[in-house]
Amino acid sequence: MKASLERLTERANDEGLLDVAYTISDSPFGPLLLAATQKGLIKVSLPGHDPEETLEDLAARVSPRLLEAPARLEETRRELDLYFEGKLTEFELPLDWQLSKDFRRRALRAIDRIPYGRTRSYTDIARSAGNERAVRAAGTACGSNPIPIVVPCHRVLRSGGGLGGYGGGLPMKEALLKLEGVL
Amino acid sequence: MTTLPPFQTLLDEHAADVMGVLRGAVGRNDAEDCFQETFLAALRAYPKLRDAGNLRGWLLTIAHRKAIDHHRANGRQPIPVAEVTEVGVSDPEPGDGIWEVVGALPPKQRAAVALRYGSDLPHAEIAAALGCSPEAARRSLHEGLKRLRKELA
Repeated sequence: MKASLERLTERANDEGLLDVAYTISDSPFGPLLLAATQKGLIKVSLPGHDPEETLEDLAARVSPRLLEAPARLEETRRELDLYFEGKLTEFELPLDWQLSKDFRRRALRAIDRIPYGRTRSYTDIARSAGNERAVRAAGTACGSNPIPIVVPCHRVLRSGGGLGGYGGGLPMKEALLKLEGVL
Repeated sequence: MTTLPPFQTLLDEHAADVMGVLRGAVGRNDAEDCFQETFLAALRAYPKLRDAGNLRGWLLTIAHRKAIDHHRANGRQPIPVAEVTEVGVSDPEPGDGIWEVVGALPPKQRAAVALRYGSDLPHAEIAAALGCSPEAARRSLHEGLKRLRKELA
């Protein structure tokens, strides 16, 4: 049965019928759910989030043609592994931004440009996204980041230097900042 | 609009059943090809599916059609006739057991028996898969079983 299913996934991919591929990948923080469309990585779900809920959400918002297909996420896994080992400072993965719109997307693109080992404040992000006073909205954009770690919302802190929040929990944010030599 | 679950869920929940039905319908050797064709067809049609109420029945209907396609492709081209008589289609294959005898039943009886005992479907779902009324499904099943008993006696 396993071979039949693997063959099916492969054929679905070859025939362009696999709109969203996903896999569960180990990380030092626990299992990550990774999902990619034909365009690129669309979702990284951090430990502590219900994978089933994430998949249902992707099926509803992107496409129900969603299959477990680890082969399509091999490069993502490889770069993430290297990043966690401290051997990669810049991801080269193509991204699919379709889950974020308008201000949020602009904010996330600004976050995507923060270099490794550097931090910005929520105010900086609000300004880059085109509205300096929308600090709270910038915070919400970070909180709704569909592609955490790769789009490094962990590099956004409070203006006073406080850690702010993190979808994977503050200990994870702290650990990522330590990994990058910030803390 | 109904929300469709991730297609992976359909595989997790129903792939084994679909394979079981196909093994009963076309035999172990050809079940794999029909299985691939069934799920690729389902995947193609899936985003436009209106009703997510009976996904299992939907998949089994497709599987049933693929099994019929398979029998046709094996050199049994349909010829237009005034009256349709059901003719047994058999795929002799190595191996033993009751499914070989089931494989020799007329198509509707064979499908009904495979759906009932191969994948444990209730009459209503067999009817949905065969595109007939529950009564007709029950009749096919009954006739199929009667014939099996005779064959195996």
